[in-house]
Amino acid sequence: MQNNQHNPFGIKMSKKPLTKNIVTLTALVIAFAVMLVLSEAGILSRHMRSMLVPVCINIILAVSLNLLVGFLGELTLGHAGFMSVGAYAGCLFSIAMKEILPMAIRFPLAMLVGGLVAAVFGVIIGIPVLRLHGDYLAIVTLAFGEIIRSVIINLEFTGGAAGLKGTPQDSTFVIAFIVVMITLILIINLVNSRHGRAIMAIRDNRIAAEASGINVTYFRMLAFVMAAFFAGVAGVLYGHNLSILTAGTFDYNKSIELLVIVVLGGMGSIRGSIVSAIIITLLPEVLRDLADYRMLIYALVLIIMMLLNASPRFAAVKAQFSPAALKAAAAAKKAAKEGNANE
Amino acid sequence: MMDFLSTLISGLSLGSIYALIALGYTMVYGIAKMLNFAHGDVIMVGAFAVITSVSMLGLSPVLSILISIVCCVVLGVSIERIAYKPLRKSPPLAVLITAIGVSYFLQSLALLIFGSTQHSFPKIINMPAIELGELTIRGNMLITLVITTAIMAGMSIFINKSKTGKAMRAVSEDRDAAELMGISVNRTITITFAIGSALAAVAGLFYGTTYGFIGPYTGSMPGIKAFVAAVFGGIGSMPGAMLGGILLGVIENLSKRYISTELSDAIVFAVLIIVLMVKPTGLLGKKINEKV
Repeated sequence: MQNNQHNPFGIKMSKKPLTKNIVTLTALVIAFAVMLVLSEAGILSRHMRSMLVPVCINIILAVSLNLLVGFLGELTLGHAGFMSVGAYAGCLFSIAMKEILPMAIRFPLAMLVGGLVAAVFGVIIGIPVLRLHGDYLAIVTLAFGEIIRSVIINLEFTGGAAGLKGTPQDSTFVIAFIVVMITLILIINLVNSRHGRAIMAIRDNRIAAEASGINVTYFRMLAFVMAAFFAGVAGVLYGHNLSILTAGTFDYNKSIELLVIVVLGGMGSIRGSIVSAIIITLLPEVLRDLADYRMLIYALVLIIMMLLNASPRFAAVKAQFSPAALKAAAAAKKAAKEGNANE
Repeated sequence: MMDFLSTLISGLSLGSIYALIALGYTMVYGIAKMLNFAHGDVIMVGAFAVITSVSMLGLSPVLSILISIVCCVVLGVSIERIAYKPLRKSPPLAVLITAIGVSYFLQSLALLIFGSTQHSFPKIINMPAIELGELTIRGNMLITLVITTAIMAGMSIFINKSKTGKAMRAVSEDRDAAELMGISVNRTITITFAIGSALAAVAGLFYGTTYGFIGPYTGSMPGIKAFVAAVFGGIGSMPGAMLGGILLGVIENLSKRYISTELSDAIVFAVLIIVLMVKPTGLLGKKINEKV
């Protein structure tokens, strides 16, 4: 198995990650406020309003998957599995506590329970899985996702193939948005911290990272468990947004859809994941006629993005339009102008 | 006892189909060092080619099998040319994501063309069941077993004796050194994809005759299971793929019969995980030293 080469996707580290991320978060808050006002004022159609929570859920899922694919540099295809574990744990908790606890306490607790159970699964699965790399890791996470799904379908207390009913529908746009913000702040902090740099060092060159004293297993596990936790939380939100929770929805296709979001947004870019999660979630609803072609478009997005990333010509074009290049071009133009004036 | 024997025989028949698919996986993995996720979907395309030419165009079975093989070879080679070749020097993650994209592309294309309903597979293998005392062996199972065994024997001879086979082994051992010896790496990889896809077409034919129905997603599950088989036997090793495939088919059928039908897939995946934990190089695989 080959090692990752240096900077595999040309991911550039911004010099000022903090300001950049504050801009992202502020833009997100403004977008949230606008959507909230529009939906309260009744300008938004009922259909669009029903899309608000799924958008938030997909943002959480995409950002947490990006932690693995973009920052750790390992492809996992079992994200939907963690989501389902979290969803079932949280929903079962809510059903049990329905009469006992008020919603304001029950729902955050349910999310915590869902996230923690998913994180525990992350540890259990991570111990064997994280000994592997690349293709093997992808296929084993896929296998775990499928095992989780078939076990849930065969269990009694999860409602089996018919699905789990009776979950209180607690997911609202406001709550979902708060969870999105908490997730983003935590993940952005992780990525920009010492731990985040260690994770990225493992991505860029595992052996060099190990030689520099980075505990590779620990940091891989950390990223894996973090991602599982947030996938679980997103699953709880998902479960409390629907009247019936069925295991069938958390299949391989769901994991691929998440992968498409991450790849389209740019691996290793949190802002990109947010934007593309919004686009990919809303796209099939906005372009109803394209619904049949949705899967085909997803597939093409994956292939074309990878081919473009590998093509040197596209890299040249991209470099031409990067902010730094544009600034340099403007400066050169200005200098040329001044030179003319002096003559 | 008879029940056990007949389960075992149908397991062998299923396993030989897995072995055919696993051969394609393992050859591509050994030579191009990539996991061709779309390999399973080539099976589906091959099966649909047979359905179209027999049921819709009314061609003879032999002709339609040939058409299916040609379709798959063309498809496999064009996938390699368009999607994988530009990524020869890219990191493994990029190649893997592209392969998943190709697999998804084939599935959704088949969904658009043939719809989500399951199409019944024409009965092109007509062979009466054989009765040995109390034991009945279905005709198509016997044919599957005989033909796949013949193909596997042929493949072994081809890989070990022919010039192309030697070139393939050389490329899988050391790509750069093989190139220096005058072996065209690109040509060898193309040939590998062509052979793998032809095997997939044959596997698609047998899969169709065994299960009787084909849908757009039919290919992905046997594809993944064949990968499990390839890993089980030791990826990159051809005898390993055959052994792994047959063992996996037997395990799957026995667990379906004696444990639970719904959990049989989970059991197959558990086998993969256990193999990777205990012996990551598989039963017959060589130990790969990680290079710095």
